[in-house]
Amino acid sequence: MDQQEAFRNSVKAIYKGFVVMFLFIGIVSIVIAYALMDPEGDLFGTGVSEAYTSVPKVDDDLVVNGVHVQTGLLDGEGLMTVVNNCTNCHSAKLVIQNRMNKERWAATIDWMQRTQNLGDLGANEEIIINYLVTNYPPQKAGRRRNRTAIDWYELEK
Amino acid sequence: MQRRNFIKKTALSSITALLGAEIVFGEVMPLGYNPLGLQDPDPFQLFSKDKEMVVLNDKPWNMEARAHLLNEKVTTNPYMFIRNNGIIPENIDVANWTVTFEGESVNAPKTYTLAELKTKFQQYTYQLTLECGGNGRSEFDPPAKGNQWTIGAVSCAKWTGVRLKDVLADVGIKNNAVYVGYHAADTHLSGDPNKEPISRGVPMAKAYQDETLLAFQMNGEDIPLAHGYPLRLVAGGWPASASGKWIKGISVRNKVHDGTKMTGTAYRVPCEAVAPGEKVKDEDMCIIESMPVKSLITSPKSGAMIDLGKTLTIQGHAWAGELAVAKMEYSIDFGATWNPCGVEAPANRLAWQHFTTAVSFPKKGYYEIWVRATDTQGVSQPMLLPGWNPKGYLNNACHRIAVKVK
Repeated sequence: MDQQEAFRNSVKAIYKGFVVMFLFIGIVSIVIAYALMDPEGDLFGTGVSEAYTSVPKVDDDLVVNGVHVQTGLLDGEGLMTVVNNCTNCHSAKLVIQNRMNKERWAATIDWMQRTQNLGDLGANEEIIINYLVTNYPPQKAGRRRNRTAIDWYELEK
Repeated sequence: MQRRNFIKKTALSSITALLGAEIVFGEVMPLGYNPLGLQDPDPFQLFSKDKEMVVLNDKPWNMEARAHLLNEKVTTNPYMFIRNNGIIPENIDVANWTVTFEGESVNAPKTYTLAELKTKFQQYTYQLTLECGGNGRSEFDPPAKGNQWTIGAVSCAKWTGVRLKDVLADVGIKNNAVYVGYHAADTHLSGDPNKEPISRGVPMAKAYQDETLLAFQMNGEDIPLAHGYPLRLVAGGWPASASGKWIKGISVRNKVHDGTKMTGTAYRVPCEAVAPGEKVKDEDMCIIESMPVKSLITSPKSGAMIDLGKTLTIQGHAWAGELAVAKMEYSIDFGATWNPCGVEAPANRLAWQHFTTAVSFPKKGYYEIWVRATDTQGVSQPMLLPGWNPKGYLNNACHRIAVKVK
């Protein structure tokens, strides 16, 4: 082992020491930061913290009372195809608000493909359009609707 | 609890950013822990909005007021509608914020810092009505595509800034200028950096109006982030989409600006009226300029029950795009008879006007109070939906509230 080799080894040892030290400091800082931020103070507790359990991880396809919990879309044939293809760029709320016939839902998809970077949907397109026109068809509104869902209250005197 | 998580995550991410230890932290996080906090926050908290505001869309953010929330003479942030087309910009660096004037009709491109705009030009404050072109869309039949606004996509705040015309004069504009178009810092929903979510504008005549501002304050404070912080173009009386948020650039064009949502059917109506549901070619669609005459009863909230013999005081606002409101009326018999209702002068041009009157009822029963504004050219609001158009713009049909007299 010549002197150069010995020097290289000591450099390596120092380097390793530094790496270990920085990792240690880093981890300790994070643990302290985490403990400070942890509102339940049960970082080292056994149970799962309340914070995690209180944000239930909803199943992607969970449907309750005919409504897809994660998005609010109505349950129906093609639901998950719509969820997977339509809610990446925009909210499902944009779908739910709208009412269109088959032709106009198709035109809307076409518009997104032409101008909004939506790719080819292949066989899914028909599934999506059928879902949309079945669950979100146009509703007759006439020239002016009645006032509905009036929240009656006593006006203060 | 979600809020607490949100705060916790925000604080933690700041700490991880400080430590530069994002990956290590990622390992500390429990498996299956979905850090959605920043993507799924409480919008009322996030944007300081009243809990009674209605969220129409969360990607992009769109939120509207309800009539009774708009009773203030000067709209404050909690009740101001949000209409966003893209993703709100993050990490705004105000100290280095610039706005660049370019396009075919500038003598030479010129860039100003925010500080330069504020110090170099005189500042003005105007109360300006901003209404979404699609406000009222939800009532059209056949339904029109887009956010289904009811009545709450309108506001009238005080905007402070410099006149666009003063800055244009300083830039130096060729006499072939036709239109100004804005460019902003928001990002397209698809994430494509080459796409602008929206880039609209106004003709030179509107750009040169005294009230057309490059604004940096709303109601005397920094503009809230969702409303365009730190710099917004404000062109009152026109579809609010002409009032671009997060302004980074102005193109002075020698033709009608052709940015995103200037072309096709966006913010356009048929040049010639069509039957409901009729197809209209793009070339037969004309750009919306001034918004039409309209009014809103903001007090009481619909559904009031009162005793026979009591009078009911109603309050609200009326506006008329580029024009002013000349006459205000109300009816308690579905338009069979109309009664005059006093209307105040606007705080300045393009500000909404306030009306108030005491209404009495002849006998018990269900009533609707309808209000109707008439502009200075004698044009009134229709009681029925106005002309159908493919995108559902410009619904200025009379507003009404339900009242029961016992």
